[in-house]
Amino acid sequence: MEKSRYQKLVKKYKPKENRLFNGMMAFLVGGIMGMIGQFLVEFYATNLEISTKEAGTFMIITLIFIGCLLTCFKFFDKWVHFAKAGLFVPITGFAHAMMSAALDYKKEGMVTGLGASMFKLTGSVIIFGVVSAYVFGLIRILLFGGTI
Amino acid sequence: MIYVHAFLFAGLVCLIGQMILDNTTLTAGHVTTIFVILGAFLDTFSIYDKFVLWAGGGALVPITSFGHLLIHGALEKANEFGLIGLAMGMFDLTSSGIISAIVISFFLSLIFNPKD
Repeated sequence: MEKSRYQKLVKKYKPKENRLFNGMMAFLVGGIMGMIGQFLVEFYATNLEISTKEAGTFMIITLIFIGCLLTCFKFFDKWVHFAKAGLFVPITGFAHAMMSAALDYKKEGMVTGLGASMFKLTGSVIIFGVVSAYVFGLIRILLFGGTI
Repeated sequence: MIYVHAFLFAGLVCLIGQMILDNTTLTAGHVTTIFVILGAFLDTFSIYDKFVLWAGGGALVPITSFGHLLIHGALEKANEFGLIGLAMGMFDLTSSGIISAIVISFFLSLIFNPKD
């Protein structure tokens, strides 16, 4: 079969995704996640009497814990199926990726499995984040001076 | 009012992520990586700080805040110690998130088993 004809056939039988619905769900769920974040920041800031900056750290840790726990109880994978980007773009996606890698590679042993492969999915986020932050930081300091 | 701002900002970031995911062949890993780089880029000239002031927790929840916090800590230390400060302060603000993610997922993975 010709290559172009084959690709046409593949395109025909690929399941069509409803992009509008996906976008709406992502917007809605992501927005609600943002509101939960803001609520937690205010909650911690008033109840523990700490600054908003510290409360932000507490909020991130809380969301990571919730994300890990939901992954363990297998809810997260079901919900991601509906919410898609609404759940993995927030910090819960980071927690989910790390938790599922830890769970999946546990059977290969503690050191060679869990220890070696925990960053299998989240590693790229940290590596590219650090490298890009370093390069941008260098550019800013060398070309524009430290403080603007 | 800040709740509306938080809803709009976090929702828009997720919507952009979903649009990239639907219209290209990139995977979820690519999207989160792109967003981290984008967050670091936006904070190079303190643009992301304005988002944090405007949307509060809504700007801290998406993964873009990870890149923002990385370069924020690095520049803070760099003001004090010069170029070497970039390396000294890179994880100042994000370490709490990374460390807690590692510790929590380590202990929970001891308790729970993966699904078959």
